[in-house]
Amino acid sequence: MIASGLQTTGAHVREVHDDFHGDLLEVSMGPHHPSTHGVFRMQVTLDGETIVKLKPVFGYLHRNHEKLGENTSYLGSMPYTDRLDYLNSMTNNWAYALAVEKLAGQPVPERAEYLRIILAELTRLLNHTCLAGFLLQDSGASGTPLMYAFREREKILDLFESLSGSRMMCNFQRFGGCRTDASPEWLAAAKKLTDGYGAFLDEYERLITGNEILMARTQGVGVLKPDLAISAGITGPMLRATGVDYDLRKVDAYGFYSRFAFRVPLGDHGDTYDRYMIRVLEMRESIEILQQAFRDLPAGPIMDPKAKLRGFRPKTGEAYGRIEGPKGEIGFYLISDGTPNPYRYRVRPPSLINLTVLEDLCLGHTVADAVIILGSIDIVLGEVDR
Amino acid sequence: METTDQLRDRLLARFPGAEISVVTNPGPAAQHSLLLSPSPARDIAVFLRDDPALRLDYCSNVTGIDWPTLGCLEVVYHLYSMALKHGPVILRLRTTNRTDAVTLPSLTPVWRACEFQEREVFDLYGIVFTEHPDLRRILMWDEFKDHPMRKDYVEPDDYEWEPTPHGGVLEKAKRHYPAAPVAGVADPGPASASPATKP
Amino acid sequence: MLGSGLLQGLAVTAKNLVGSFHDPARLTTVEYPEQRTKLPEAYRNFPFLVSENATDPMGTLRCVACQICEKECPPQCIYIEKSKDKKPDATGRPQLYPTVFDIDTSVCMSCQICVEVCPFDAIKMDQVFEIATTDRFTALLLDREQLAKPNDYYHTIHPTEAAEVDARLAAERKAAAEKAAAAAAKAAAAKPAAVAGLGEAGAPGSSTPATTKPPAA
Repeated sequence: MIASGLQTTGAHVREVHDDFHGDLLEVSMGPHHPSTHGVFRMQVTLDGETIVKLKPVFGYLHRNHEKLGENTSYLGSMPYTDRLDYLNSMTNNWAYALAVEKLAGQPVPERAEYLRIILAELTRLLNHTCLAGFLLQDSGASGTPLMYAFREREKILDLFESLSGSRMMCNFQRFGGCRTDASPEWLAAAKKLTDGYGAFLDEYERLITGNEILMARTQGVGVLKPDLAISAGITGPMLRATGVDYDLRKVDAYGFYSRFAFRVPLGDHGDTYDRYMIRVLEMRESIEILQQAFRDLPAGPIMDPKAKLRGFRPKTGEAYGRIEGPKGEIGFYLISDGTPNPYRYRVRPPSLINLTVLEDLCLGHTVADAVIILGSIDIVLGEVDR
Repeated sequence: METTDQLRDRLLARFPGAEISVVTNPGPAAQHSLLLSPSPARDIAVFLRDDPALRLDYCSNVTGIDWPTLGCLEVVYHLYSMALKHGPVILRLRTTNRTDAVTLPSLTPVWRACEFQEREVFDLYGIVFTEHPDLRRILMWDEFKDHPMRKDYVEPDDYEWEPTPHGGVLEKAKRHYPAAPVAGVADPGPASASPATKP
Repeated sequence: MLGSGLLQGLAVTAKNLVGSFHDPARLTTVEYPEQRTKLPEAYRNFPFLVSENATDPMGTLRCVACQICEKECPPQCIYIEKSKDKKPDATGRPQLYPTVFDIDTSVCMSCQICVEVCPFDAIKMDQVFEIATTDRFTALLLDREQLAKPNDYYHTIHPTEAAEVDARLAAERKAAAEKAAAAAAKAAAAKPAAVAGLGEAGAPGSSTPATTKPPAA
């Protein structure tokens, strides 16, 4: 439950005065607009400043990722998954590796699973930190919170770089394990960062969480009802902000998440403020998970000895593998026909499906509210358009 | 949760006229699916959503598959239950053929989550969903003709010059410059030796 | 009190502002290009070809033009042409070599899969990132002369990894040499009998196979 300072009243459609009940105005927000987080367009119909219709337009970054996946080998698709949601390449890698491992019945050593959890939770910290910054940027707090967020994000990216060789395009997971092992120095650095992250969150929250302007801008704006959220397939923090307890780390308990003690934060209003707050609370839980993972990380191999890098041909069959990505359920659906390339390679993009309710959230609000509602949904166009 | 076979038997008892068969997944994942005939599909979907033992309130993934060998297009729905936290139940619907009878009932009235994903299947595979509220192309532009995810899709001749074409790109390059075999384009070998030749 | 949240936030920004003058944790900006951070050892950018010897890079490339990387490269940025003839590699074994080895770095996405699939440790990831050019095509197309870099260079950029690779290669070469020596000894032991049996020296089957040549390195 989230305690908030001001009372939230939910979305309220403003009454249109007869004097102004004239022409509707169509505005095309995007594709080149700083608030759309990439090349995304919202075709907005306005009555005065009130949104009466909003149609999202996709495809500006479409490169038919799925066709590429069907024309390359299983391994060859791994670096392309980095480029889906380019903030969270580690979790994309894991989701894809998980789906392929399901497809091929490939076991993963214990240390690799722990390493995956460490990297996934670092990614969650990274993504939610970015989101907190972007959301504040969208709501008009130009620069300062975003820069504080980016300062911390860069430390996580440095960790990724020293482990995988690249800040964002990590390409780190392999079918049956991870590519390289984490050295004791790396683990020490990661632990140091985790230990200090709580202090950063405290500072960030002092900066913004209690800010009256932020509350006025976000509370009661873009309220999502739990029924609609479930029906529309909303996942991730956006779903949990409505109070629905559905976290794949608990439900599927993939990897070794069942061994970790952590709570799933839930909101109770489903408004933009709750969506912000859920992310902050999830970061605190991620820190808990990371501490436990560093404590319990076992020694051992990071790659299954029977795993094949080249000439990987899963038996005929299909598999749908999904994990709790920072933005929601990221899943991969694969069909193998016994050849080196998948017959069908499908990505279930959380960002795209979370946008299903964008119009519902924005109706009756103003253009400026649409910007922060979009910001709180947390999209990356690399994944929306694929 | 009941097995796929038990679920099929229960559905057949509830919908006597429907054709429902289990598609076995031979792989290690063993996620078996139910192949439904299109006409009662929406009623079955509503039943699956509202049945107290199943409560499949969450449609996670919707995707198309092109089967030129079977001569049909297929759409796959992965259903989970957020209320009871189980799943997946996988539904498959098949079109009659790949050319003119490509209509299937939309499940968007049952699960809003299908809205964009069915649009995507329509866009990339050309399956027409009846009673979809807003069936337009989603990723390709409206004037685009073909359906790119079909296995027999031929991409347009929009070859861009590359210094070292090989494989499929070289074939394309040769088609693209049939008359004038520009050195470095038609012949990949000395590409680096003739840097000035650009279209 | 209304406004206390705002004031708290302003206190944080004030703390950061003051801190940025004396606390390195609050001033993380580096004035590139005058200042540079140290690249981590694992940092990767574009691939390069390892040659054993800096004086004769083309003669001592480890690459044997097996074209595995060309096949596995997801964006298909590698182009290789095999040689018609063979020439001895570092161990003295005659091997094919690439007459053309091009990497189109405008296509390459630095995924490192070529490095992982290479069975000969012949291609590794470089750390050169200042690669801006004014020509989009040819200047970004690297041929084998530009790609070849000596093993010493590999040791300077990825010391740990290079040491592992060298140790492994040395062990493999030693094992190969021992095997070859054993085979040679066996052949030598078998030869007198064969010669006696045939009654003729220099029978066609008795010449030493090329693989038994001792390593040059």
